[in-house]
Amino acid sequence: MGFLDKVKQIDEYAWEIPADAREGMRVPGIVFADREILEKADADNALQQVANVACLPGIVRASMAMPDIHWGYGFPIGGVAATLAEEGVISPGGVGYDISCGVRLVLTSLGWEEAKEKLPELLDMLNASVPKGLGTKGRIHLERREVERLMADGAPELVARGIGWEEDLEAMEERGRYPGADPSKVSERAFARGKDQVGTLGSGNHFLEIQVVEETRPPAEKLGLFEGQLVVMVHSGSRGLGHQICTDYIDVMGASIKKYGYSLPDRQLVCAPVESREGRDYLAAMACAANFAMCNREAITHWIRECFEKVFRAGARSLGMHVLYDVSHNLAKMEEHVVDGKRLTLMVHRKGATRAFPGSRPEVPDKYAETGQPVIIPGDMGSHSYVLVGTEEALEKSFGSTCHGAGRTMSRKAAKKQVRGEELKRRLEGMGILVRAAQLSGLAEEAPEAYKDVRAVVQICEGAGLSRRVARMRPVAVMKG
Amino acid sequence: MGIRAYGKSREEVFAHAALGMMSLILDVESVSLRERKDVKARASGPEELLVKWLSEVLFLVETEGWAFGDFEVREVTEELAEGWGWGEPLDPAKHKVSGEIKAATYHMLQLKRENDTWIAQVIFDV
Repeated sequence: MGFLDKVKQIDEYAWEIPADAREGMRVPGIVFADREILEKADADNALQQVANVACLPGIVRASMAMPDIHWGYGFPIGGVAATLAEEGVISPGGVGYDISCGVRLVLTSLGWEEAKEKLPELLDMLNASVPKGLGTKGRIHLERREVERLMADGAPELVARGIGWEEDLEAMEERGRYPGADPSKVSERAFARGKDQVGTLGSGNHFLEIQVVEETRPPAEKLGLFEGQLVVMVHSGSRGLGHQICTDYIDVMGASIKKYGYSLPDRQLVCAPVESREGRDYLAAMACAANFAMCNREAITHWIRECFEKVFRAGARSLGMHVLYDVSHNLAKMEEHVVDGKRLTLMVHRKGATRAFPGSRPEVPDKYAETGQPVIIPGDMGSHSYVLVGTEEALEKSFGSTCHGAGRTMSRKAAKKQVRGEELKRRLEGMGILVRAAQLSGLAEEAPEAYKDVRAVVQICEGAGLSRRVARMRPVAVMKG
Repeated sequence: MGIRAYGKSREEVFAHAALGMMSLILDVESVSLRERKDVKARASGPEELLVKWLSEVLFLVETEGWAFGDFEVREVTEELAEGWGWGEPLDPAKHKVSGEIKAATYHMLQLKRENDTWIAQVIFDV
């Protein structure tokens, strides 16, 4: 709290925390928000966290936050920080515990009107087919060597085993294989936590949702989106594997911090030079978690297709079940950006922020060269979700980043206190949304009132030029871990 | 989400912290104390040891599908915590599972002694 009086407005949706707002800041902070969001971010100490991140060695231009900013561990959620690849640092806290948590959208050629009668059957089948919640194991049983191959080679390895389609890889960041993964940098404990979890949804805010496209704008048609279309959204991450890798490397870097002579305002911001043993080891392990997370969402997609095939009695290809795109919103990536006229290689940390590149970037699949990279933004339960596309302006303003979702305004505990799971289930069903949840109290944690209005968040992203809206979807069925 | 646990000794506060953490995951009262599992953690300092101790419990919950309903801690030094937990295989329906904890964090971490009471504070990523 208390940063609000130091903040200067840059334009309608951008605010600067000057580099002298706290000791040790190397660059200013920039928050993309309206006044209401800015005030709330100050109240939950997230602005202070933006200022803390600005203290990281090697950070360039600014410590940024997207409009879904809220308090996180060390870095704020919605935080974006780019550090010099040669002289800067990598911070596991800038990626988060759920490494490569992300979202994908699976399209169908089905219209809502023709599909709606089968919705309850479909949801029940999905509920029985996709493992979720604590203590559940995945349906894919792998030997240690096989898990190591998935971590090293990512989704192409899973596709080679007949799970998922070759063309899905085109719709994934890094074609489903994050470079530099080295399973020998993953601890035994991380391995043990993750080995049975390929193809499990998890719990917390992770979900599988069936949605109907309600409103579209160009270039929706070019992305294969049309009004009235049934689509499926999957939100999950690297599960216990990623959680343990983050835990392990926060310890590793906590121990090495003195060696590098860094003094940081928060232990959760621990870091090491990108070009150090600790930094390289973390990046190799993080890449394993990123590959694991993409495999996880790919395996879930496989079961979604199987369920659709059984319920609609047609092949998934003839049902048009292509992956639109798969984004990670908790990840660090080596990218080239122009800063003050100079082309630099940077380690871009996005924690609760999504890459939103224009079609001109080499990382964007050829098929989206004209439209820009699709960005999938999940809403909270009961509210809309969005498809956006990346912009040239985002490249200039935010290292090509935009929001990742609605952003919490209420802690999970507070939500549980105020909302009863059973009541919420009835309320959602009253809105025409079918619900299946592993635990009803978990459902209450994710109640719509616990989140910012996703529409406002998306509008600010568009107003600030960070991405453009292409489609809005409304949920018709939710399955939550 | 976090916990603040109290105890008359370091051993007791470690046991209570673990039980408090379990209560965020499931209904500890519903767990039958059928079997004992050893829990051991090492670290380079007392606060870090608390995080490691709780991380070890989380690890057993996740990898062995175990529900703990009580803990007993034999010894806590500056660098080593040794004890055990009582419980049974996790059954999400019976144990009324209410959530998952990804990790015990160092954020606002505290382990201190006030008069005769030990106090532990830990925030979790959920």
